[in-house]
Amino acid sequence: MFAQLKKNLKKDFSGLKQVKIAILGDSATQLLSVALRGMGYDHGFDLDIWEADFNQVERQVFDPTSELYEFAPEIIILFESAHKLVGKYNKLKPEAYSTFAEAQLARINDIVSQVDQRLTAKIIFYNFTEINDSVFGNYANKMEASFLYQLRKLNFGLMEYAVGRSNLHICDLSTIQNQVGKSVFFQPSIYVNTDMVLSIDVLPAVAQQTVSLIGAMYGKFKKCLILDLDNTTWGGIIGDDGLENIQVGGLGIGKAFTELQYWAKKLKNRGIILAVCSKNTESVAKEPFEKHPDMVLHLDDIAVFIANWENKVNNIRQIQSILNIGFDSMVFLDDNPFERNMVRENIPALTVPELPEDPAEYLEYLYTLNLFETVSFSNEDTERTKLYQVEAKRTQIQQSFTNEGDFLKSLNMQSVVEPFNKFNTPRVAQLSQRSNQFNLRTVRYTEPDIEAMGKEDDTYTFSFTLEDQFGDNGMICVVILKKETDDIAFIDTWFMSCRVLKRGMENFVLNTIANFAAEKGFAFLKGEYIPTAKNEMVKDHYKNLGFDDNGSNTFLLNARTYNNKACYIATK
Amino acid sequence: MEKNEILKIVNDIFVDVLDNENIKLTDETTASDVEEWDSLNHIQLVVAVEKKFKIRFKSDEIRSWQNIGQMVSSIQTKL
Repeated sequence: MFAQLKKNLKKDFSGLKQVKIAILGDSATQLLSVALRGMGYDHGFDLDIWEADFNQVERQVFDPTSELYEFAPEIIILFESAHKLVGKYNKLKPEAYSTFAEAQLARINDIVSQVDQRLTAKIIFYNFTEINDSVFGNYANKMEASFLYQLRKLNFGLMEYAVGRSNLHICDLSTIQNQVGKSVFFQPSIYVNTDMVLSIDVLPAVAQQTVSLIGAMYGKFKKCLILDLDNTTWGGIIGDDGLENIQVGGLGIGKAFTELQYWAKKLKNRGIILAVCSKNTESVAKEPFEKHPDMVLHLDDIAVFIANWENKVNNIRQIQSILNIGFDSMVFLDDNPFERNMVRENIPALTVPELPEDPAEYLEYLYTLNLFETVSFSNEDTERTKLYQVEAKRTQIQQSFTNEGDFLKSLNMQSVVEPFNKFNTPRVAQLSQRSNQFNLRTVRYTEPDIEAMGKEDDTYTFSFTLEDQFGDNGMICVVILKKETDDIAFIDTWFMSCRVLKRGMENFVLNTIANFAAEKGFAFLKGEYIPTAKNEMVKDHYKNLGFDDNGSNTFLLNARTYNNKACYIATK
Repeated sequence: MEKNEILKIVNDIFVDVLDNENIKLTDETTASDVEEWDSLNHIQLVVAVEKKFKIRFKSDEIRSWQNIGQMVSSIQTKL
């Protein structure tokens, strides 16, 4: 509720992540700004919001001395409303109707390009909520000159325009209006009196979607969906009802569960890891996945499958330790309020949606939560489930070796070491946003940052892949060296995917960069550890690798006298 | 509903929305008498009153009230 968000403003924001945000709008945005700051608090952000005066989008953007550029925001929210859009269309001569969307897109392109030239800020653009002026009736759908046609064309044009522009993100206001209905979204009496196009009731939903996007930009997003089985993934109780009587597919209200499973499958195909956590005998719980003809999900869709009679808190902790991702990046779906509460109380960081009682409503409810926000997508995302399954297998093999060296040797590990290039840039940027634990300084870089870095003198970039006999992990580690003095190469960035811990990758990386530094004539490698809430695991990273303590969390290694460390990874 | 009953409910709404326990509204109270009652909070107050009484004000009503008494009269005509 808006009132609660507003009350958040009085709370203590110290210690929260500060982000500078500019709002440029052509309608009144003061309450939106309040809602955003309040919602930011709930998501761990101290949003420092600057609002342009009313209807100043162009002036702020095209005047290089404007307050916008002086404020230098990290994110710009551009909110042009559908109501003002109608106003612009209304003023046109009829012969210009048909090119309205095109002209608007050109104008938007001018704005975005101008901002890109002057700032490294990301832009969040609210798309246009649908207004049907009903001038052409349903014929509007086949009439290019109609407002409805032009508005939809513009929204679609925006999507096309945003493809491949990593700095521009569309916030889908139109979907919010579809979900809550126009009568909730928009209150004409308030609009007429104040020029506010968002109702008080819809502000929290708009703020939620916007802050989710901001969160994703700063590495806060969901990576894993944990499913309960009985009455969540299928209707009924497999242990009591038996394989033939659980509701999925045509039986009973099976349709609701089938559709939920398709949703989970699409998430998995997008790169969300699926896990199962169920109070059941394992073989019984697995039976539908193996034998039921109407099951959409199969065992190979599930990265970690835990079914036993232990409590769910411990089981979810186990899933977390296998996947090695934060609880705050996991979502747990369970129909049982008791289980939900117990899990919530014990693992507060976990997201546990309050599923409706009626399974028919699960999916619509989940749609409105917009749990799986992201600001990037790479092909490796789609392979993730396989990677985690392979990891589970690797763990089994490891247990058959008594000597760790023998085990590592048996893996036949190989790594491709490359500087950043146009092929690996998206993945480098994504890892930069994603890596929290094995990340020495947690400086986040975006795609444009990475591209720019490839061209800088005195900056040396390294990306590492790792494959072994079980499969290819893809790119899993990134190092950026910057010349600090003629003698010192500073390790600006070192982060690594936790999937490849304990494989000797740290040694391999250090061998690579120490030899590189020595070849380039540097005497020392200098590392720094900047503590965050999540990177405790690399506190002693440099000390463990033989660096000398240099005070204030920095460390030095003599590159000239460095002896390669033992490792079982070959350069490919 | 009697006007004084309505006034009491409106008073509670003001206390809640403006987060100020000391607000004591009378028919004569105007926006300048209540520190937090600015144009932005006014919108929130209007919407909260609409919700509480399950009514909708007309656009020109929202801007016509000179004081609380007139707002209360508006509410009364809709109940």
